[in-house]
Amino acid sequence: MIVFDQVSHEFRLGTTYLAALRDVSLSLSEQRIGVIGANGSGKSTFVRMINGLIKPTAGRVTVDGLDTDRDGKAVRRRVGFCFTDPDAQILMPTVAEDLAFGLRGRGLSRDEVTDKVESTLAAYDLLGYRDHPASLLSGGQKQLLALASVLIIEPSVLVLDEPATLLDLANTQRVQRLIAQLPQQVVLVTHHFGLIEDSDRVLVFDAGRVVYDGAPQAAVAHYVGLVR
Amino acid sequence: MTTLGLYVPGNSPLHRMPASAKLLLLVAAAIGSLFVTGPYAALAACAFVLTLYAVARIPWRVLLVQARPIAWFGVPLLAFHVIVNGWAKAVAVVGMFVALILLAALVTLTTRVVDLTDVVVRGVRPLRRVGVDPERVGLLVALGIRAVPVMVTVAAEVRDARRARGGAGGPSAYLVPVVLRALRQADRVGEALVARGAGES
Repeated sequence: MIVFDQVSHEFRLGTTYLAALRDVSLSLSEQRIGVIGANGSGKSTFVRMINGLIKPTAGRVTVDGLDTDRDGKAVRRRVGFCFTDPDAQILMPTVAEDLAFGLRGRGLSRDEVTDKVESTLAAYDLLGYRDHPASLLSGGQKQLLALASVLIIEPSVLVLDEPATLLDLANTQRVQRLIAQLPQQVVLVTHHFGLIEDSDRVLVFDAGRVVYDGAPQAAVAHYVGLVR
Repeated sequence: MTTLGLYVPGNSPLHRMPASAKLLLLVAAAIGSLFVTGPYAALAACAFVLTLYAVARIPWRVLLVQARPIAWFGVPLLAFHVIVNGWAKAVAVVGMFVALILLAALVTLTTRVVDLTDVVVRGVRPLRRVGVDPERVGLLVALGIRAVPVMVTVAAEVRDARRARGGAGGPSAYLVPVVLRALRQADRVGEALVARGAGES
């Protein structure tokens, strides 16, 4: 369960303070949650708070009762985060090394890490790319690797910040199918309405506030109404 | 995309050699290069390194990618030494320089980063007493190697963008966006490190 309790976030721009998020209070227990809104509406700030990448300037965010500010390490072990640009997320030079990166410091033996990497490579059709330089993968393969590198640590919550923005139609559909099969709770920020059509709940952000919270179709209609 | 400094999978004797042995030999070669004064010895060293590339079955295209950046400072260095010290000295200095850089590249081309970082972590472990975190030093090495192709791509994108807009503006029109993009990339990598729990174990 993800809980936002009167959460605000302000940041300084020159001499003025701007509010990225204003007094957001909600609980998220559904399996599939979509987040939509215009650029700069607060969506990315909202989801970055779920694994403690951004801390609230007011209020409190908890995941399964753990405070994202105080218990950041424990929260990040539960919440996997996938960024828009996989190039920023892939930290190691080769595919297998990047998958193994997240398993460091988890008390696993070398053989256990190797077994987990091998099974993940097989699960995500990356077996032929084991020692392949990550920088030479296609855009779709990079996003797949970014997802796999997060899922290998078996988080209970997966946050995806516009995972399809840099993908073509075929790869977007591939990512969509992959997300649909995940057992984890998924919070997905996107501009692709197709990715949230099966969501249990969709939040619409505008000017740092949740202005609509409901079913996908009605949420999209509300967002479209805001743009007009 | 570039293959500069990236691991090339293989099963050659050089691939199978322990990373620690390769790094020790590289250090030994660097020390030995200080005693090379003649052009023939330098050319022999270059030929030997090229033979090692053949033994490791590194494709010649990959070899060229490693060699190309050397020209940026190798050619001016050669010209300088020809003018100041003559041909023999110039070939000796630049020849050893090229041989060492290609040898260092061969180490990264035939060694998985995880094996390299393991050696680095083991090597700096005694410094833990003075506050150095060996795991962080190892991570730094790995990130440095990963950053090479990323930065080459950033530089190529800026170059293409500049060309597409007429190529005007002098060197600053190229350097400023490259530096800004590098800083933005560093920021995003930092965020990814936090998100993926680096340094929290």
